[in-house]
Amino acid sequence: MSTPTIAPVIELAGLTKAYNIGTPVETEVLHGIDLSLAEGEFAALIGPSGSGKSTLLNIIGLLERPTGGRLSIGGRDTARLSEAEITQLRGRSIGFVFQFHHLLPAFTAVENVMMPTIIARGAADDEAEAMALSLLDAVGLKAHAYKKPSELSGGQQQRVAIARALGLKPRLILADEPTGNLDTHTADDIFALLREFNRQTRCACLIVTHDPRLAERCDRIVRLVDGHIAGPV
Amino acid sequence: MKLRLPFAPLVALRFLREGRMQTLLILAGTTGGVAVIVFLTQLITQLQAQIVDRVLGSQAHVVIRPTEEANRRAIDDQGFATLVEPRAQRLRSVDQWENIARLAADMEGVTAVSPVVTGPAFAVRGQANKSVALMGVDAERYRRIVRMEEYMVAGRFAVDGTRAVIGSELAKDLGIRLEDKLRVALPNGRDEQLQVGGIFDIGNKDLNRRWVFVTLPLAQSLLDLPGGVSNLDLTVADIFEAQAVADRLKGATGLTVDSWMQTNAQLLAALRNQTVSNNLIRSFVVIIVALGIASVLVVSVVQKQKEIGILRAMGASRSMILQIFLIQGAVVGAVGSLFGSLLAFTLLNVFSSIYRNADGSPLFAAELEPRFILMAALVATLVGLASALIPARRAARMDPVQAIRS
Ligand SMILES: Nc1ncnc2c1ncn2[C@@H]1O[C@H](COP(=O)(O)OP(=O)(O)O)[C@@H](O)[C@H]1O
Ligand SMILES: [Mg+2]
Repeated sequence: MSTPTIAPVIELAGLTKAYNIGTPVETEVLHGIDLSLAEGEFAALIGPSGSGKSTLLNIIGLLERPTGGRLSIGGRDTARLSEAEITQLRGRSIGFVFQFHHLLPAFTAVENVMMPTIIARGAADDEAEAMALSLLDAVGLKAHAYKKPSELSGGQQQRVAIARALGLKPRLILADEPTGNLDTHTADDIFALLREFNRQTRCACLIVTHDPRLAERCDRIVRLVDGHIAGPV
Repeated sequence: MKLRLPFAPLVALRFLREGRMQTLLILAGTTGGVAVIVFLTQLITQLQAQIVDRVLGSQAHVVIRPTEEANRRAIDDQGFATLVEPRAQRLRSVDQWENIARLAADMEGVTAVSPVVTGPAFAVRGQANKSVALMGVDAERYRRIVRMEEYMVAGRFAVDGTRAVIGSELAKDLGIRLEDKLRVALPNGRDEQLQVGGIFDIGNKDLNRRWVFVTLPLAQSLLDLPGGVSNLDLTVADIFEAQAVADRLKGATGLTVDSWMQTNAQLLAALRNQTVSNNLIRSFVVIIVALGIASVLVVSVVQKQKEIGILRAMGASRSMILQIFLIQGAVVGAVGSLFGSLLAFTLLNVFSSIYRNADGSPLFAAELEPRFILMAALVATLVGLASALIPARRAARMDPVQAIRS
């Protein structure tokens, strides 16, 4: 699919993460992860609970810094970036979908979708709103655009969260069990949405899932066991 | 076009709206605090201004006298200082008073200068005989020292030839009415028949009994002070600068120069103490309001942990998060000061209709100076900002992952 000359969207080499460093309860959660994801690649990240999937995703998503090893995003070594550059890279290049949607309850669906744009540009504008509305339309929620998250069902909330992740056309989408709390039918819908966006924009996607059915529909499966990559199933 | 708020104010206002009960509580606290401060400040400023006004109503701000003159003063039963007139044989003129008057008039901060010739005399009518103070003035100029025209109960404040102006008590004591004749006799044997062209009530019985205004030349000849004046009375632009003006004049002339602030030192000290206690109350209220805003925002930061984490995950920087909470503090301060000023205005109205002077007039006016509202708004906004600082910094420092995971 991708030619070898294209720089990988993400590249991890010997990446480690330890918590409570220097205390008696110090624990290493990730023990030297090597992983790369090319443009357009749609990968599943699977593994038992507690194996470090969320930790890995948060590190790739620049929400946490690794303890050791290297993490490059779009060819840039993140260890060399300042706090401000990290924040900007996170906002503009990475779309996050969390397990529990994590929408802002004080804002309407369309405002939630616009939020990354508002942050990146300083304020909303007509173009951003039109874009957000069309994204909501794409996830089938046009009629619910001006409702607050509390007025939406779980599946609808997660679809808003996906629309939000796609708003700035990120190069990388990270989804942590986006369908974990949904029924099979809704989960399939959500998954299809992500896949569709991946086809359209050729963004790289890393999706944590417990559902083997969904994992099998990905280009690639990354298996994490006790903080090690265990290779494809 | 829709109103599109920038990121930080947008989120700040939404957070405030979302936390209804909390927002209402801190707004109520801030409103109350601002109301107390504005109300107290306005009340005390007005009352103090009235007291000072009353004291200065019958006094020159600054008086220039010959150096050797004895400056004995007495405090009368109302607490007002009055000059004890020097004895006639000691009466001296201010040397080269015209030059001194010109110098004083040119001095910065001085708005009026009036020469006065004053000395003891007896007012005689039939059998009655009263000790008075003869006041030789140029009525036009003296009016700018003491607003005599406001105190006239009969006739006008004008002296000319032998026409004189006396106080209501003296008029009553001697049974004098407008245009009646009155004889003044002096210790040096001179005397003169005056005609009363005006009667004043200056609000001070002693002065109403003692002051007899005549022309400058008449007083000069009666008091054996040809061409001389016993003192120069001055009005200054800023009454609280009177002492500074007096000191400068003293330095420039070497004469005795007194300001009302010296002659009313006790009153001034009392006013200062009142101001100090008012400041103390205001400071405490400000601290309490600040603590209130800060504590509510601290709670809000904890409650909004998850939202803060989400915003950070979507690219919001630490400084954006900081701004969100600073703005909340500032908005609470600003809105609180608006409501507080309204409340203070209401309180002033209520109290001014309850508390009245002996004559039934309101003790103070139910008005709020715009500068107090502006000042309150500024202070409250700054206090809001300052009290939001600690919570805001906590929010900005929060680990986004921790917030999202929990
Ligand atoms: N902040 C933290 N401090 C200490 N241990 C943590 C922290 N976050 C995660 N862990 C531990 O790291 C391990 C991996 O957690 P996580 O990445 O959430 O796993 P998964 O998502 O695969 O279920 C768990 O044992 C968890 O207890
Ligand atoms: Mg997890």
